[in-house]
This record gives sequence, C-alpha cells and structure tokens, in this order.
Amino acid sequence: MSSFRSALGACAAAALAGAALAQPVSITGIGRAATAAELAAWDIDVRPDFKGLPRGSGSVAQGMDLWESKCASCHGVFGESNEVFSPLVGGTTQDDVKSGRVARLLDAGYPGRTTLMKVATVSTLWDYIYRAMPWTAPKSLQPDEVYALTAFLLNLGGVLPDNYTLSRDNIAQVQKLMPNRNGMTTRHGLWPGSGFGNAKPDVRAVACMSNCATEATVASYLPDHARNAHGNLAEQNRAVGAQHGADTTRQPGAAPAAPAAAPNSAAPDANAAAAALARKLNCLACHGLDNKVVGPGLREVSKKYAGRGDAADYLAKKIVSGGSGIWGSVPMPPQSLPAADAKALAEWIATGARP
Amino acid sequence: MSAEPLSAGRLVKAPEHFLSREGVRTVFAEGRSGRRDFIRSAFAAALAGAAAPAAVAQSNPVPAEGGDANILNLPAHSTGLGQGVATDGYGKPSKFEANVQRRQSPGLTQTTQSSVSFAPLQSLFGIVTPSGLHFERHHQGWWDIDPSKHRLMINGSDDRLLKMPKVFTMDELMRLPSISRFHFIECGANTGMEWGNVAVPTCQYSHGMISCSEFTGVPLKTVLDLCGVDYRRARYVLGEGADGSSMTRTVPMEMVESGEVLLAYGQNGEMLRPENGYPLRLVVPGVQGVSWVKYLRRIEVGDQPWATKDEAVHYIDLMPDGLHRQYTSIQECKSVVTTPSGGQVLLDKGFYNISGLAWSGRGKIKKVDVSVDGGRNWRTARLETPVLSKCLTRFNLDWVWDGRPALVQSRAMDETGYVQPTYRQLRAVRGTRSIYHNNAVQTWLVQESGEVKNVQLS
Repeated sequence: MSSFRSALGACAAAALAGAALAQPVSITGIGRAATAAELAAWDIDVRPDFKGLPRGSGSVAQGMDLWESKCASCHGVFGESNEVFSPLVGGTTQDDVKSGRVARLLDAGYPGRTTLMKVATVSTLWDYIYRAMPWTAPKSLQPDEVYALTAFLLNLGGVLPDNYTLSRDNIAQVQKLMPNRNGMTTRHGLWPGSGFGNAKPDVRAVACMSNCATEATVASYLPDHARNAHGNLAEQNRAVGAQHGADTTRQPGAAPAAPAAAPNSAAPDANAAAAALARKLNCLACHGLDNKVVGPGLREVSKKYAGRGDAADYLAKKIVSGGSGIWGSVPMPPQSLPAADAKALAEWIATGARP
Repeated sequence: MSAEPLSAGRLVKAPEHFLSREGVRTVFAEGRSGRRDFIRSAFAAALAGAAAPAAVAQSNPVPAEGGDANILNLPAHSTGLGQGVATDGYGKPSKFEANVQRRQSPGLTQTTQSSVSFAPLQSLFGIVTPSGLHFERHHQGWWDIDPSKHRLMINGSDDRLLKMPKVFTMDELMRLPSISRFHFIECGANTGMEWGNVAVPTCQYSHGMISCSEFTGVPLKTVLDLCGVDYRRARYVLGEGADGSSMTRTVPMEMVESGEVLLAYGQNGEMLRPENGYPLRLVVPGVQGVSWVKYLRRIEVGDQPWATKDEAVHYIDLMPDGLHRQYTSIQECKSVVTTPSGGQVLLDKGFYNISGLAWSGRGKIKKVDVSVDGGRNWRTARLETPVLSKCLTRFNLDWVWDGRPALVQSRAMDETGYVQPTYRQLRAVRGTRSIYHNNAVQTWLVQESGEVKNVQLS
C-alpha cells in the first residue's frame, strides 16, 4: 500500500514537472517604466530625418564667438587645425555644394580628409556637438549654442553665408547644401541585416594549394631608419620562448642580443609616482612630454626654467594659479589639487618630466 | 604633414586618419632608391642556396666543463622556503612577463584619452585574451563607474515602437537569464595603417586591435521583449554609452532577434574591466568593435538607421570612385601568424611551430593554410579546439627552418566558403585609401639572420 502511494506521488511530481516545462516562466518584476523627465534627460539623439532635434536657433556670428572660446583651442580658429584632432574644415568647393559630391575625394594626391569632405548628414554634426562637445566638458552646450556652432562650422566651409541663422525650421534646406550629401553608399556586403539589400562579399579569392601565382617581390617594408621607431622590440616580446624580440637599438643583422635581463621590478620611486599623478590628473591631455598639445610640452617647461633655483616652487604656484601669455594666448585654467600634489608635479616637471 | 611619419615621438593623425600620402611616398621612395632591390637580391641569392646563416647561434650550447651551471648549482627556489598563500589578493603575472604589455603606437595620436592600445598578440597563447591585455580604444577617456548607480534605459524613436520605455538597474539585469559566449572583438581600423604600405614593425601594432573573451550577459532580445517592442516596425537598434562622448551606433534588429547580441557584464569569469566598459557593454558578435558600445546606458529601437558620428564621419570606407561605404560593420575572414612574426628573432635553425589566429565575422573558421614561400605552395594547418562561431581560432603547423629566407603567410577560409584575400586582390576592388576592414593576407619575411620583418608583396 505504501509503495502504491509513493508511486502515485511520483506520478504527480512528474506531472507537475511536465507542466513547468510546457509553461515558460514569465519574467516579472524586473525593470520599471521610464519617466518623462528621465527620457528627456537621456534621449538626445538626432536622426537624419531630424527626429529628436530640439527647437532652437543660432546664427553664424553667435557661433563664431562660441567657437573661439570653446572650440578653437583644439580645432583651430578656422576649424583647420590638425594639432590635436583631424581638421574639420577644408577641401570642399562651391561645385561640391551644388553636386553633393566632394570632388577632392577622387584625388588620391589630396592630403587628408576633413569632416566636411566626408559627412553627408547635417544631423550628424548637430547630434555629436550636442552629446560630446566640448571635449573636456561634454553636454554643456544648450541647443541654441549647438545651432550656432553648426552654422559657424558650415560657414567656415563655405556652405552657409555670414548672415545665416540656422534653426529647426530651416535645417532641412541646409541638408540640401551638404557638400558630400550624395557621397555615401550602402551597396556592400558588410551590413549584418537586410535593410540595405543583401549584397555578397566584394572580394573573391580562391584557396589555391600548390604552384600558385604569387606576388613574388617584396614591395614594401619599414625603412631601416624607422627600425627603432616603436621602441626596442626586444623589450616588447616575452624574454623566453621560440622567438625573442629583435634588439632594434642595433643594426639589422647584428648578432642576437644576449638573453634579456629580468625586467626591473623595483618599487616605483618618487619620479614614477609623479608621472602616474600627471596621468591621473590628465595633465597630459593638454601637455605632451616633449611637444606642445594645447599647452607647452612639459620638457619644454623644464628646459625654460632649468637655470632657476626656485623652479619647482614657481611651477607649483603656476599649476595652482593658472596663467597665460608665457607660452601663447591659450590660457591654462587654475587647477584645484592638494598642495603636496602640485609640489610633486612641479618637481617632476622641473627635473625633466621623466616617464 | 611631414615626410617622416614613421619616426618616434612625432604627432600624426588620429587612428581614423593615419594614412599619410607623404608617408606612403617616403616608404616607396626608399624602396626605389635601392633598399628594396637590396632585400630582393639578398632573398634571391639565399634561395639559390649560397648563404649560411651568420647571426643565428646555437641556443642551448653544450657546456665546456661538467655541465650547465643552472643545473649544477641549485637555485634559491630549490633550496629555500617559498611565499605564502594570498600574498596578493588579486594575483599578477610573473615579474619575468613584464615585457608583455598592451602598447600605444608612438605618435599615432596626440591625446591619450582619444587613442588606442594594441594587444601583444605575439606573446599570447590559445584564443583568450587576458583581460588586462585586452586592446583599448577610447574616444573620450575611460571611467570606472559605480555599478549601483548605473542604469540602462530602453526607449523607442516614437511611442508606437514599443509598449513601455523602461529603466533597469544592474541588480535587475543580473537577475535575468544569462548566457556566456566566446567572441572576438576587432576594431574596424585593425591593420588600417597598412592599407597603403608597411607602416609598423610587429603584429602587436599591425593586428593587435583584436581581442577575444568569454562574455556573460543577457540577450538584448530578452530585455526588448520585456518592453513590448514591435519587431515589425522596429528594424534598427541604437546603443548609447554613458561616458563623455556617449558613443552611438546602429545595429540591425535581425542580429538582436537571433539572440546573439548581449548586454554583457561578465568577461573571462569576472566583471568587465573599466577600460572595456564596466559595468555594462553591448556585445555584437562578428561586428567591428565600435558597435560594442561601452558604459551602455541606453538602447533605442527605431525604424531607420541613425547616421551617427561613427557612421558618417569615421568608420566609413573610402572607395576608388570617391564614394564612402556607410554602415560597413562585419569583420570578414582574416588570419595572422603570431609566431614567428615581425620584430622577433628565430634563435636557431631547425624545428619551429608556426602558430597564429584566424577569425570570421560570418561564422566558424573552416580551414587555415600556411605558406613559407610567399604564397606559391600551401599546407593546411591544424585547427586547435574549440572552433567557435565569430571567435578566434588558434592554428598551428610544424615547420623546419633551413636557415634561408622565408616568406611566411596564413590564409583563412570560413564556413561560408569565403577565402581571405591577398593585398593585390583586396586593393583591386577597394583601392588603398580606405582605413577600415583590411583583412589581407599578412606576410612576414624571416631573414637569414633569423630576424623577422613585416613586408608586403606585389
């Protein structure tokens, strides 16, 4: 009897399990409705058909003032600079504005491609300036300011006249003036959806196995003067294994280097700590070690003050107070950091900013 | 632009723009002025069987007396007491591995916040990239975001595309049914510096914008279902990051519907690293890395693509007819020999294991062939397991180096039958001015000295 009862129980359990398998578990209680304010705060994208574009307007003249205070230090006064980022403006003509194809893209000898030579959609400029600019303070611009900056950029490129005011009402007309508006194609096999048709791969190779036609001559390689341009390759390979790194501080073909010494694992010293601090505080966003980026290269600074006994104290004060005029017109803003950090950085810079 | 694009410390353009025509001319002028002929004639002479390897030494010499000091004199680790457990709560690689680092290409970019570091492929084994060596590409610097404050929002381009826009916490996302998948992630600009000519010395810099991890997360489809998405109209998805640049990219809904697009928080058994998008990133298998939006804060479903900055200014492929291909996304079948590779030195003549990586954004690797004579004759390599879809596959081939110059290449084929092209085949269709999607066969020249050089053939 008892065995009969337990058999019944087993059947019931099996039936329950079957029901659980047949009926998918529904996911409940995870996630909640987004509020209107939350959506407004984050849903900032603007599509090519201008869905998502906020109301507003801005003139070329307003854009010029904003540009000089917020954009020119990286992009140049005329959007032409390649000192920090690639040039935004240049390479487009009035004929391109008429045709919607940038002719210089056919010229293999033309150096570089600017943003205005490539971008087909004015919405892209508006969207990206609004979400990501200025570089060090993204999302700080108001919609009217973004209209003004977009207008100024297009004015620099000869697309809009000096007295133009760009707004949500006329931006669709401006789209019809974009120099490369007809310069894009989606006819390729590299889109993993069906929205642009299903093109096949454009390059067809076959896997020949023997006596194949070859490209038999060595046509390109790094010149010897660039041998060490990426640093000593011996130090960029594991020190043990089938192959070791080539000692690129020596001439090619020289005898292989002696087995690499064990990497130095000593505790980081004050110099390394200060170098790490400079990276952490983003000093190097504006100052290269050797070269000017926005502000002077740090070693240029150490050279300039090499003869000065109080160089470290002086530089610590300059870091905290900021300044302009000594290295050019772009000001260095005052920095807020602990006095000990300012001192450590100043001493590091004064003694040559070694990495 | 100056005529010295390859020297150290010089500022050149950002990764999307690093092809300098002056640089191309400099390298080709070097070639014409005799260096190329020098190499070619050296190669020809050696093939004729004359030269003996001069610089290659016996790597394990027989000791003069008694035996090897490393054997005869017992070292400290054989005769003393070692260190205790949990000396380091999160263990680190051996100090002798300090050369194995991800690195920037010198002078490639002006700022470290908008830059790239390359994974050291020449020093990696198998298919998994250690998380700390994963390549990096940041457009506006990286952040370490408090996961308790991170949110994911799902909304539609209009109100009818889904029933309810929703907000999720990380706690909630991590409660949902999770899956784990191995996939490669490759930057669309990987090998982009080499479209026109050889520009970098090692496979770290030529191919190191690729990494491979086990990713864990929730299929995006699961979360879209919770919001009641109208899949008939919503054929596109926008991913958006929470960082300064708030990167946006369009993904086709077909990929989401297949279940392979993940909202990922796990990587190689731990959480994502901050440099790779902690605490949440999009995983879009087979598609270039820029679509794998880091610090993912929002997904919008829509009925048309967005032409975002990285779909309309960068990550567009210039063709010889002056048109740019837009929305190029799939990373086509590609491979590279990682050892021996550029910048390495073979220690001796004799046996070597040629080893490398193959991958395809369209599925599994079916076959990899290896040539040591510049592509005239090929042998099929062993594929190591696992062989997974849209994942790195490790291949190996036995090789005896006779000490003469050799041109080492690999050529992969994926399960669709697509074969990785040579530079000549690729350039015949796409020219040399694109920056993206260079999947040409790579050639390494093993010189008589044992030193390996990055070369391109024609």
